[in-house]
Amino acid sequence: MQLCYFTAAFFSSKLQNMLHLRILKQINSVSNLISLRTVSTQKRTCPLLSVQPIRGLVDEKFQIDVMNLPPNQKVTLHSLHQSEDKDFWEAFGHYVSDKHGSVRGVKDESFGGTYEGIEPMGLIWSMRPIPGSQHGLSGHLSQGFSQQTPLATSVIERWYIAPGVKRVSIKEKEIRGTLFLPPGTGPYPGVLDLWGSGGSLIEYRSSLLASHGFASMVLEYLTPNNLRLEDTDASYFEKAYQILQSHPMVQKDRLAVLGTSLGGIITLSMVASSKVIKPQCCVCISGGHLMHFDKSLSEFYAKMEKNADKLRVNEYNQVIYRDLIFSVSRQSFKVDVGRIKCPLLLVNGDDDQMVPAVETAEDMEMMMVKAGNRHLLKILTYTDAGHLIEPPYSPHFRATNFYQPWTKKRVVMLWGGQTKSHAYAQEDAWKKILAFLWQHLSAPVASF
Amino acid sequence: MRTSDGPWIESGELHCSGLIEIERKTWGEALDLSSGQDYYDLTKTVSSERGACPLLTVQPSRALMDEKFQIVIMNLLPNQKVTLHSLHQSEDKDFWEAYGHYVSDKHGTVTVAKDRCLGGTYDGTEQMGLIWSMRPIPGSRSGLRLRKTNVLTPMVIHISVYGGHLSQGFSQITPLATSVTERWYVTPGVQRVNVREKGVRATLFLPPGPGPYPGVLDLWGGGGGLVEYRSSLLASHGFASMALEYLAPEELRTAEVDVAYFEKAYQILQNHPKVQSNRMAMLGLSFGSAVTLSMAAYSKVIKPQCCVCISGSHVFPVNKSLFEVFEDMKKYMDRVVMNEENQVIHRGIILPIPSDPALKVDVGKIKCPLLLVNAGDDQNWASVESAEDMEMMMEKAGNRHLLTVLTYPDAGHLIEPPYTPHFRASNFILQDLKQKIVMLWGGQTKPHAYAQEDAWEKILGFLQQHLYFSSKAKL
Repeated sequence: MQLCYFTAAFFSSKLQNMLHLRILKQINSVSNLISLRTVSTQKRTCPLLSVQPIRGLVDEKFQIDVMNLPPNQKVTLHSLHQSEDKDFWEAFGHYVSDKHGSVRGVKDESFGGTYEGIEPMGLIWSMRPIPGSQHGLSGHLSQGFSQQTPLATSVIERWYIAPGVKRVSIKEKEIRGTLFLPPGTGPYPGVLDLWGSGGSLIEYRSSLLASHGFASMVLEYLTPNNLRLEDTDASYFEKAYQILQSHPMVQKDRLAVLGTSLGGIITLSMVASSKVIKPQCCVCISGGHLMHFDKSLSEFYAKMEKNADKLRVNEYNQVIYRDLIFSVSRQSFKVDVGRIKCPLLLVNGDDDQMVPAVETAEDMEMMMVKAGNRHLLKILTYTDAGHLIEPPYSPHFRATNFYQPWTKKRVVMLWGGQTKSHAYAQEDAWKKILAFLWQHLSAPVASF
Repeated sequence: MRTSDGPWIESGELHCSGLIEIERKTWGEALDLSSGQDYYDLTKTVSSERGACPLLTVQPSRALMDEKFQIVIMNLLPNQKVTLHSLHQSEDKDFWEAYGHYVSDKHGTVTVAKDRCLGGTYDGTEQMGLIWSMRPIPGSRSGLRLRKTNVLTPMVIHISVYGGHLSQGFSQITPLATSVTERWYVTPGVQRVNVREKGVRATLFLPPGPGPYPGVLDLWGGGGGLVEYRSSLLASHGFASMALEYLAPEELRTAEVDVAYFEKAYQILQNHPKVQSNRMAMLGLSFGSAVTLSMAAYSKVIKPQCCVCISGSHVFPVNKSLFEVFEDMKKYMDRVVMNEENQVIHRGIILPIPSDPALKVDVGKIKCPLLLVNAGDDQNWASVESAEDMEMMMEKAGNRHLLTVLTYPDAGHLIEPPYTPHFRASNFILQDLKQKIVMLWGGQTKPHAYAQEDAWEKILGFLQQHLYFSSKAKL
């Protein structure tokens, strides 16, 4: 089996991408060919493919409708995307039109392809890099899409940013980040957005949050502008928080911190111990309290290095971090989550191969029961979801290339998760995260 | 008041006061900050006075120009007076705005599609009133016309909700909420192709996908230039549409624009690999209609499957060079008058409709379905009268069954794709005389908006019927 690995930056920082949706029909016998011709001289039907909205936000659902097909016609719906790295991604589903000659993505079943069942967004979340060759099924297409002429094509755009959202580069002394502001005069509730150990500046979650009414600042904290790991300590995050808080378009008493993976670990550490970072609520995705981040990032990585022997590699040469994180936690101090004073939402996948998120959530719960602040804690655990729980409708990757900053080596990292369950987790978690933020930041509740 | 070198942002796209600068540019005169009042405190005060945090949604936030949107305001107090306001800065930097007064229901909600607007630049239940009733803000230059030149970028409109029923001073007051919406002239994947071939100047818009597609030759009127936005919308609806430039004083001499020019253009379109050569249409507005009718009647090359003529006439056939046609027209210039506001009323130039057949296109020779779209208050061409005469001619010739006439009472001459502002008159340059005048187009705003919406739907339906679904089309 050939496995293809692509970097996790499927959508990197670009704020727009396009997909082609095509209806394809395979003609693989003479009788089919004749019947097709007969149909066209009697009545010129042109299948109509409509996708609404044709320009939507990345976290918005779309509705695909096909009309004017002959009844009970086998068709394949196909999506194609070329990433910024020039790789091609595709997904497809096999459908049969009803007696009116229609296919409706929201209510009809896909009988096979890269997704199955009634999955209105399957054409996006089940995308994968275009493989070499595959065996096809008769009547429906499974390969060779580029050689077939589609019955109809529609191009859609999925945007990471709503109209009017402003992007502001943050470069204040050593602090590096990007602030996204909703349109209008504000002021708005603010969110400090922290990603994981993959590094660089990943803007799309903040741009989406700004599209939903939050002034969201994503912070680059892993050697931005050559800042040394030794110099990245708690004060770096406190300064960043203050930059956000003091912005004239941000409500200084309506703030949240949202972190994923290492960002989640940092979130919990800061919120529990910092005198400066006191948000109204925080969200920790696929992170935990297992490693207290108190000195600097270099010290943090040193702890990891000491336990590097606990790194497992499976039969596909994919690196699994789970056990390393477990063993580090036993040797260092955990974050004293009993000291957290604001509502906290944990979002975890139970197939997380990088961080033992479910186990740590249980441990956190126990600590908070003892400390008397259990009522602040809310835990969402998603079955068969992996580590990378991101905004919805992006493809799932069970493993990808990963650059380890502390070893300076490229490995293949196993994140975990099964595609359909992971897609569901992303969709549901995002809704709940937004609702949680709206609730605790007193922002107007939008239907979503 | 923060200075422009505020401590928290060293560089980047916006500083604190830079932000205010942008707001100022957007408004002309923004919030009055000369009192030294802190910007942040000002906004906070206003918000907390209002109490609830209103939520304004505009769906879809990115739509096609001819698509409707849904505007809903929630989280207001019950029975709260609010003003919905729209603001747009054109490519020429003028500001256009519209507004409507509403009262929220007992749930604190305003739904524009079903609630009544009590006054403003429009009234009644008008889902798209915030766009079609736009007009230049007070203090603007006069005689403006809103037209998009770059069709690959959207029209950006700021929609805001204000407390109370306001009719002016929007730029001085902080809104309760703002949403920005984009209105696009192209769907994703539409390709724009510059055509400069055999002396023909045009822009071709191709729908996404491999095609081939029915072709439409798109002609505007005596204002000249290369106007792309109707063709880009037609391509967004599945037609390979080519906007043709035929009046361009710098590039094309009217003596050189004759029947052969239009035939060359038609052939360039027809021969394009993504165009179905036996599925063609011609669409003309104003003088472009005269060209369309002339070609359909006389040309041996131009034989479309159907034609659409908007606000046009069959008088002054284009069977020679434009220079000669305009020379003919000049003889009747005394019939062009000016009203008390110094606006030019051009319609009389063809009245009374001549009986001399040499002065009219022989519409009895037209062999394809023809749709005429006319405005009852057309002050620029006597299109309604022309349509009556054409009908009589076609009756006599036996091809009346090909004709469909749509007449919109109280609409003006410029029946364009929907949801753009109406203006009763605008600045115009008379090509040959190089004279700047104000041309009266006619029409009343609301009926004109309806006419544009309905006509566009009917034009698209007509084109789809004859170019996509017709069984008479030769395979």
